[in-house]
Amino acid sequence: MLTTRPGAQDSSGRAQGRCDGETGIVETLQLIVSGLANGCVYGLIALGFALIYKAAEQVNFAQGDLMMFGAFVALGLANESHLGLPFWVACIGAIAAMAVFGWLLERTVLRQVFGQPQIAVVILTIALGFLLRFIAGIIWGHDPLALESPIAGVNQRFGDLVLGLDELAVIAVTLVLTAFLFGFFSRTRLGIAMQASSQNQLAAYYMGIPVKRIHGLTWALAGAIAAVAGILFASKGSIDPNTGLLGIKAFAAAVIGGFGSLPGALAGGLIVGLIEPFAARYVASGYSQIAPYAVLILVLLFRPRGLFAQAHAKKV
Amino acid sequence: MRTALKTSYVQDIRLFPDVRRALRYAVLLALAAALPLLLDDFLLGEATNVLIWAIAGMGLMLLTGHAGQASLGHAAFLAVGCYANAILMERAGLPFAASFLAAGVITGLVGVLVAVPALRLHGIYLAIATLALSILTEDIIVLAEPWTGGVIGLVAPDITIAGAEVDRYGSPGLFYWLCLAVALIVTLGYRNVLRTPLGRAFVAIRDSEISAQAMGINVAMTKALAFGLSCMVTGWAGALMGHFFYTFNHEVFTVIISIQLLVMIVIGGLGSIQGAYWGALVVGVIPQAINIARDGAQAAFGGSVLIPGIETGIFMTLLIVFILFEPRGIHGRIEKWRIYVELFPLCRRDMFRRQKSFLKTERMR
Repeated sequence: MLTTRPGAQDSSGRAQGRCDGETGIVETLQLIVSGLANGCVYGLIALGFALIYKAAEQVNFAQGDLMMFGAFVALGLANESHLGLPFWVACIGAIAAMAVFGWLLERTVLRQVFGQPQIAVVILTIALGFLLRFIAGIIWGHDPLALESPIAGVNQRFGDLVLGLDELAVIAVTLVLTAFLFGFFSRTRLGIAMQASSQNQLAAYYMGIPVKRIHGLTWALAGAIAAVAGILFASKGSIDPNTGLLGIKAFAAAVIGGFGSLPGALAGGLIVGLIEPFAARYVASGYSQIAPYAVLILVLLFRPRGLFAQAHAKKV
Repeated sequence: MRTALKTSYVQDIRLFPDVRRALRYAVLLALAAALPLLLDDFLLGEATNVLIWAIAGMGLMLLTGHAGQASLGHAAFLAVGCYANAILMERAGLPFAASFLAAGVITGLVGVLVAVPALRLHGIYLAIATLALSILTEDIIVLAEPWTGGVIGLVAPDITIAGAEVDRYGSPGLFYWLCLAVALIVTLGYRNVLRTPLGRAFVAIRDSEISAQAMGINVAMTKALAFGLSCMVTGWAGALMGHFFYTFNHEVFTVIISIQLLVMIVIGGLGSIQGAYWGALVVGVIPQAINIARDGAQAAFGGSVLIPGIETGIFMTLLIVFILFEPRGIHGRIEKWRIYVELFPLCRRDMFRRQKSFLKTERMR
């Protein structure tokens, strides 16, 4: 018989509390659903990484912190103690604000290193991430805050299985967003222009693609996705400025899936999300932190380009 | 204006390009050696801290600045050096000199072990793998409790060199001189490696792997060597860091330290030994400057002015400013001034302009 261990991940802990003494199958299902929900949040952040990598060939280490910032903006607009706007207005406001913020970030900071080696952007976005964390700490403080949203804490019963509405919402929104972005990149003119401008900037210029403007749009899109991820994450639990460090885990997810692949990012996020609660449950709680990175290193060793590899072998 | 007339190829690879510069470094070394007589114990501790960071910075500089392999996980190697040194002294009862050397060699071997699979990874993937390694190390230290003391950590054993007790608190001057000696040896070794074919192979790999291969350089072996040498130096820095902190556990060598190390050498100036020292100086000076500013603000406005995270905030702002406006760091800026003065009326504004470049994807290679 399984023993209940303390110290599992946030929402899986709740799932365990709910079903003391119930059958193992239901418990496993609960773990799977909460793992999927966590994985979807990782997937959403990873989607942001993959998006920017796919469209601008930049690696954005600040995506997790953008998510944290988006969550705080939504929280500042929606919570009673702050502005107290209706939830949906606050959501749209936060998404729009983060899109503008992403665009401004590209316009003012990242455009300066246009065409420079990737590592310059990596260091720059690491610095931006720390700075965002610092600014969020000054504005909203370092105590964990919860977003007052209508989906938080509402449970849905399916027989013995109790699922949080927030978890279901996260899964649904993530699937829709991934499908939307996948269609956007493979079907629309703008999406294809984005891919072209990442593959070869100079050639894209020759084809008449305004590469720099495309980069601005990419960052705006990444900002909006970060806001969505932030809102979903904040309604699943509380946030504080250090939530942005989640980005590192999401980063692992993006690489496991194959950097630059949108379905890969989602798959990677789900893998990480599922590994964590199960490692905590069946191995030892200490290992749940290690497991995603161990998988990451294994993937890098045996499939260096990730599960959904984007690389096409081409010798120059 | 000054002209340099070279009459033999040896002049190009001399340890010091000219007598003036050799003299300048001699004066600097004399000043550094005299510091324990000039500073009080607190400031001397800070100077020691700067030296240790500079050694660690040189370790990473060799890998990132000269061999062009980005690493976001050097805190892991600091940890290996630190724990190896402490465990060898404590368990095997080795004297400091032996355990210190062994700690560097062990870290270097670990570095080569890491490098061999990591060689298949390029650019950003390598950075990610090392980042994951750094995160894993924190947990491995906790899990390997019988050796590392787990969460409680270890206490650095006392150092005795030639009968003299070298202690960070008891005899800060001696500990400072120990760090200075290590820094000096590492700097000279580093400079000499750069003068050898191996050092030039590092730079060739940084600039273009394909061209390096075409020149007959064994890319895989050279990269592994770069990792090994870099980790060896970092391991020594880690060992000294352990003695500097006196007690240490898994929380000392976090991934934040890895990032700080990388940030440090970028601010200092990638691709120059001096850059590691400048970066270490910045890392050492900023917290003190903030403390002084805070005390000043408290005296002026009353009450306590405490902004959490201001240190990282300022550090990261500085980094952004440097990447945007002076990508070659403090050392690059100083070099530009020097060239401006040396060429005085002939220096033109466009001399240092960055070449316009365009990026191609790494996914299709």
